[in-house]
Amino acid sequence: MRLSQDPTTDTVAKLGAVAVAMFAFVFVVMVPLYNVLCDALGINGKTSSEAYTAVVAQVDESRSIKVQFVATNNDGMPWAFSPDVTEMVVHPGAANDTVFFAANPTAQSMIAQAIPSVSPSRAAEYFHKTECFCFEQQPLDGNSEADMPLQFIVDQDLPADIKTITLSYTLFDVTALMRDNVASR
Amino acid sequence: MGDHHHGPAKGLSRWLYTTNHKDIGTMYLWFSFAMFLLGGAFAMVIRAELFQPGMQLVEPAFFNQMTTLHGLVMVFGAIMPSFVGLANWLIPMMIGAPDMALPRMNNWSFWILPPAFLMLASTLLMEGGAPAFGWTFYAPLSTTYAPPSVTFFIFAIHILGVSSIMGSINIIATVMNMRAPGMTYMKMPLFVWTWLITAFLLVAVMPVLAGAVTMMLMDIHFGTSFFSAAGGGDPVLFQHIFWFFGHPEVYIIILPAFGVISQIIPAFSRKPLFGYASMVYATAAIAFLSFIVWAHHMYTVGMPVAGELFFMYATMLIAVPTGVKVFNWVTTMWRGAMTFETPMLFSIGFLVLFTIGGFTGLMLSIAPADFQYHDTYFVVAHFHYVMVAGAVFSMTAAIYFWLPKWTGRMYNETMGKVHFWVSFIGFNVTFFPQHFVGLAGMPRRIPDYALQFADFNMMSSIGAFIYGASQLLFLYNVIAAIVAGKRVSDEKVWDGAEGLEWTLPSPPPYHTFETPPKIEEQPAH
Repeated sequence: MRLSQDPTTDTVAKLGAVAVAMFAFVFVVMVPLYNVLCDALGINGKTSSEAYTAVVAQVDESRSIKVQFVATNNDGMPWAFSPDVTEMVVHPGAANDTVFFAANPTAQSMIAQAIPSVSPSRAAEYFHKTECFCFEQQPLDGNSEADMPLQFIVDQDLPADIKTITLSYTLFDVTALMRDNVASR
Repeated sequence: MGDHHHGPAKGLSRWLYTTNHKDIGTMYLWFSFAMFLLGGAFAMVIRAELFQPGMQLVEPAFFNQMTTLHGLVMVFGAIMPSFVGLANWLIPMMIGAPDMALPRMNNWSFWILPPAFLMLASTLLMEGGAPAFGWTFYAPLSTTYAPPSVTFFIFAIHILGVSSIMGSINIIATVMNMRAPGMTYMKMPLFVWTWLITAFLLVAVMPVLAGAVTMMLMDIHFGTSFFSAAGGGDPVLFQHIFWFFGHPEVYIIILPAFGVISQIIPAFSRKPLFGYASMVYATAAIAFLSFIVWAHHMYTVGMPVAGELFFMYATMLIAVPTGVKVFNWVTTMWRGAMTFETPMLFSIGFLVLFTIGGFTGLMLSIAPADFQYHDTYFVVAHFHYVMVAGAVFSMTAAIYFWLPKWTGRMYNETMGKVHFWVSFIGFNVTFFPQHFVGLAGMPRRIPDYALQFADFNMMSSIGAFIYGASQLLFLYNVIAAIVAGKRVSDEKVWDGAEGLEWTLPSPPPYHTFETPPKIEEQPAH
C-alpha cells in the first residue's frame, strides 16, 4: 500500500482494510478451520465423504452395536425416501450391507444428493462407509424408483460406552443446481 | 477562545447536515436515550408478563419477540450509540483537537442509525411478527425457523455494523492524528485510552458479525448450508462465529464505561487516578483476552474437554486485569477528600455492582458449574449486573458529570441523588432475586414458570417498574437543566475535575481548540 501524505487518509485506508479482511476472515478462515478441527477431532457428527478402504481386522464378536437408520427429505423434496430396515445389530469390524429405497413420484427426471450425519457425534470417526449412495448424486427418471446401496464397518476402537449409533440421511433436490452447472459449462 | 467564527445553522438542516462533533454527539446521546426508553418499554412488557406465573398479558410468541428486541435495542441502540455520543463530545475536547478527523463520515455514521432501528422496530408490525429467536439469534432458530421479517433484521444489523465501523475508524483516526502537541499517548485521559482500544475491537469484530448475518441471509435465500446440518453445515458453527464477535462486544460495551469511571472517581476524590499506566495496560490486556475466551458462552455444545479447560482458564485470567482496575479505583478513593455528588454516587454504585457482576461472571466461567447455570436466570442476573449497573450506571454518571460543561447549566442535585437511590434500589430489587431463581433452575426466555419461583419474580417485576420509572425522573432532570437549570459560571464546574475539557467555557463555543492548547502544565489525568 502506498503511503499517502495525509496521515488521516493513511489511517482510514489501513483500518478499512482491516475491516474488509475481518469480513473475509469469517468466510475463508473461520468456516474451513472449523470444519478441519471438527474433522480432526471427530466432534460434529460429520462422516467422511470418501469411501473407507477396509483394513484387515478381527471382527469383534463379543460386542454388539445397534445401528439405526433415519431418512429425511429436505424442505420441498417430493421423493419417497426410506431405509430398507430401520435398525441392524452389528459386530465391530464386520462389513454390513443394507439399502435405502428412493422413488421419484413426479413426472420429471430429478437428481438428488443425500447428506449423512452420525449421532452421537463422537461415533462419527468410528463409523466407516466402504460404499455409500451419498458419495455421489442419484438421478431418477420421473415415476421410477431405485434401491441405493450402503456398506459400512463399525470400527473396533469404538468407545465402549457407545451402544447405539444413529445414521441419518437428509435427501436434497439438486436438480436445478446441476442443470445450472451443466448450462454454464 | 471566546470568539467563534460562525455558529450553527438554523433549524432542521443544522442537525441533518452538521459535521460538528458536539452536534453529532448530542444527536447520538438523544437517539440512544430514545432507544433506552423503547428497549425499557419492551422490558416492562416482559416483567409485567412474569409478574405472576401462568399466561397473563401477552402471547408466548409476542413474549419471545419482546425478549429479542429488548436485547437488540439495548445493546445496539442504547448502550453502544450512547458511548459513541460521549466519544464524539469528549474526545476532541480532551485531546485538544478542533473536531473529529472525518466530520462528514461522522454525520453519516449517525444518520444511518435511525433508519436501521426504524426498520428493526417495524418488524413488529409485519406478518409473522418480529424476530423471536433471542438477541443472540442462534441458527437454526434464526434461519430455518425464523419469521419472514428476519431479512429486515439482517439488513438492520448490516447497517448498524457499518455505522459502528465508520464511527470507530473516525475515533482511531482522531486519537492517532489530532492530539494537541505535547499530548503524548501516556498523557491522554483514560476515557480516550479506553475508547481507542474499544474502537480497535469494533473494527476487528463488527465485520465478523456482518459475516455471520450474511451467512444467515445466504442460508435463508440463496440455498447455502452454512448452518444447516442437513446440507453439510453445522449450527454450532454459528455459535462460534457469533461469540467470536459477541465476547469482544461485551468489552466494547464496558471499556468506555471503565474510562468514564476513571475520569469521575479522581475528580470527586480530589486525587489523581491511582496507577494510570497499569490502567492502560489492564485495558489492553482485557481487550486481547476478549478474543480467546468466546467459547465460554457455549460450554454445553459438546466441546472436547481440552477446549473446555482452555476457555475456562483463559476466562478466569480476565479477572486479573479487571481486578487491577477495581483496586486502582478503590485506591484512588483511599484517603481522598471525597464528596458524593450524583456522578460520584453513580460511579460508586457502578464499582460495587459491577464487581458483583464480575464475581458471578467468574462463577459462570467454571465449565462444570456452568452446565447448571447455563441458560438460567442466573445468567440474566449476571449480565444485567455488568450491562445495566456497569454500562448504564457509568453512562448516567457521565451525563451528570459533563452535562453542566455541555449546556452551561446545572441539573438539580437533590433530584439527581433521588434518581440514584431509586435506581440503585430498583435495580437490585429487580436483578438480585434473579440469581436465586436462576440457581434454582428457572430457565431464561420463557413467558411462564413453575410456582416456586412466583415470589422472587414478583419482586423482580416490582423492582423493574421502580427502576424504569426512575429513568423518567432522569429525563425530566436533564430537560429541566437544559431549559432552566442554574447557570454554571466556573469553567471547571467540579473543583476536582482535571483535563482539557474543563479549561473551556461552560458551555463551550461551537468550535473549540481551533488553535491547539499548550499541554506542558496540564495534568492529563
